Amino acid sequence: MAGQIEEKHMQALTNRSKEVSRKPMSFMEQLYLPAILKGMAITFSHIFKKQPTIRYPEQKRPFSPVFRGLHVLNRDEEGRERCTACGLCAVACPAEAITMEAAERLPGEENKYREEKYAARYEINMLRCIFCGLCEEACPKDAIYLSETFAPANFTRKGFIYGKNELLIPDPVTEPEAYQKARGLKEPTTASQN
Amino acid sequence: MSEQTLFKVTIDNITIEVPAGTTILNAARKIGGDVTPPAMCYYSKLQGSGGKCRTCLVEVSKGSEKDPRPMPKLVASCRTNVMDGMEVKNITSDKVLDARASIVEFLLINHPLDCPICDQAGECHLQDLSYEHGKEGTRYEFQRRTFQKHDLGPYIQLHMTRCILCYRCVYVADQLTEKREHGILDRGDHAEIATQIQKSLEHDFIGNVIDVCPVGALTDKTFRFKNRVWFLKPMDAHRDCPTCSGKVTLWNRGDEVFRVTARKDEWGEVESLEDGSTAWICNTCRFEKKKTSDWVIEGPRAISRHSVISQGHYQGKIGMHKPRETFTAVHGGRDPKLLMDIHSVSEVNRPSIDLSLIEGPAHSTDFNLKKD
Repeated sequence: MAGQIEEKHMQALTNRSKEVSRKPMSFMEQLYLPAILKGMAITFSHIFKKQPTIRYPEQKRPFSPVFRGLHVLNRDEEGRERCTACGLCAVACPAEAITMEAAERLPGEENKYREEKYAARYEINMLRCIFCGLCEEACPKDAIYLSETFAPANFTRKGFIYGKNELLIPDPVTEPEAYQKARGLKEPTTASQN
Repeated sequence: MSEQTLFKVTIDNITIEVPAGTTILNAARKIGGDVTPPAMCYYSKLQGSGGKCRTCLVEVSKGSEKDPRPMPKLVASCRTNVMDGMEVKNITSDKVLDARASIVEFLLINHPLDCPICDQAGECHLQDLSYEHGKEGTRYEFQRRTFQKHDLGPYIQLHMTRCILCYRCVYVADQLTEKREHGILDRGDHAEIATQIQKSLEHDFIGNVIDVCPVGALTDKTFRFKNRVWFLKPMDAHRDCPTCSGKVTLWNRGDEVFRVTARKDEWGEVESLEDGSTAWICNTCRFEKKKTSDWVIEGPRAISRHSVISQGHYQGKIGMHKPRETFTAVHGGRDPKLLMDIHSVSEVNRPSIDLSLIEGPAHSTDFNLKKD
């Protein structure tokens, strides 16, 4: 094998290569103008074709149904936080972006938190997050899901540490419109209800 | 000891010789591995335990050499002694696997499926068992038996809803303390572990009920909801304790000690010491020594790699030493320039706050105070 490669020509991997032409240019080619006009014709012909771009801030492209965007911490239909700080999202996270601190629900807080334990602090480091969606898959409580928007740009790194203020969905009871808007078109998956 | 009669017993086609009087379960534990039946109530370190949960059922296909008839029903292996020439089927018997799966389902009838909340998750035998038998869901549609949570003293939290009535904690109180102060009240569906009218349990060794509890019914209040076991780093440590052996496992996160437990062996039971006694630990060690400086660290604890606890990869040298920062040395004493110190932004894991030093579980009041 080694001997074959060292022969005069290297073996071509594909047959698409062309030999470079070294011929001197003809008179028509030396004029340049016909070639320029030909090129301009192609350029102007695009005016009459369908535009491939959209005007972004006003118009937005629909996301794919499997698009994984910014995280949302979900609430149940009564507006109670679903997250119980079980830590499975943090275990599943390959980028180690998720951290949390749990607290016990006090008597009288039953309308705020669904279970007896909840995440008092919940943070996602968006600088680390790779939007793989494994946290959503790991969550046994349907508490976290990836929405249809992406994380907005920011001038500083500090703006990318998302706490519960940024992540928690608005309360569906007190702010139904904001809740609908935040929830987006995609239904959050509701699997087991244990 | 050479006089001792040895019985030959075959468990799942593996033959072993054990002394007469050994139970099938202990013979299977000598073989080890998948052959060993699970045990939720039997605890080899507690006299008289076993025979209640029925998860260790096995099929005896040949009674003994002299009487080769099979036993008519599945038997509890923790309570049945081996006979010479006995043949036992555990995982090779479909009958056993089927029965065990049903038993797990029965145990889970009243057990809440709230592993995401429970502190025992990750080291819970019932959780392992239910997943092993594919019974992690439920077919039960009715109201589960529920109880109020009780504080058994300042350190032990009793959540009866999770209890499977294995009686291990009762045996602990019987055998480790002079006077048992808690037990099973009522019977049938109403049976519950209780002290007579909410007394607190006060004995130096009563904290061991937490270690023997196979589920999350008895949990450590000083650790309650503070962290998940799989985020913690188990370290063997000891201290000079006047009451107990002082040999414990510390569950660290960084340098913070979140929890202290006894050392558990591969069956989830408290280990034996060199002199043969059991390494129960006292309440002082378990609940009050929550500083690394209280302990002499021996090294990382070996955890089965199939356990979720080992996902932290703290074994070997990793957990022992902080990695040496080489940047400053090779850059002539210049520190690396941090683009952002995470602690200046993040509210979680703040270095100034030791969550492990809060007495009970954290509440919204603790967190709101910190914000000011």
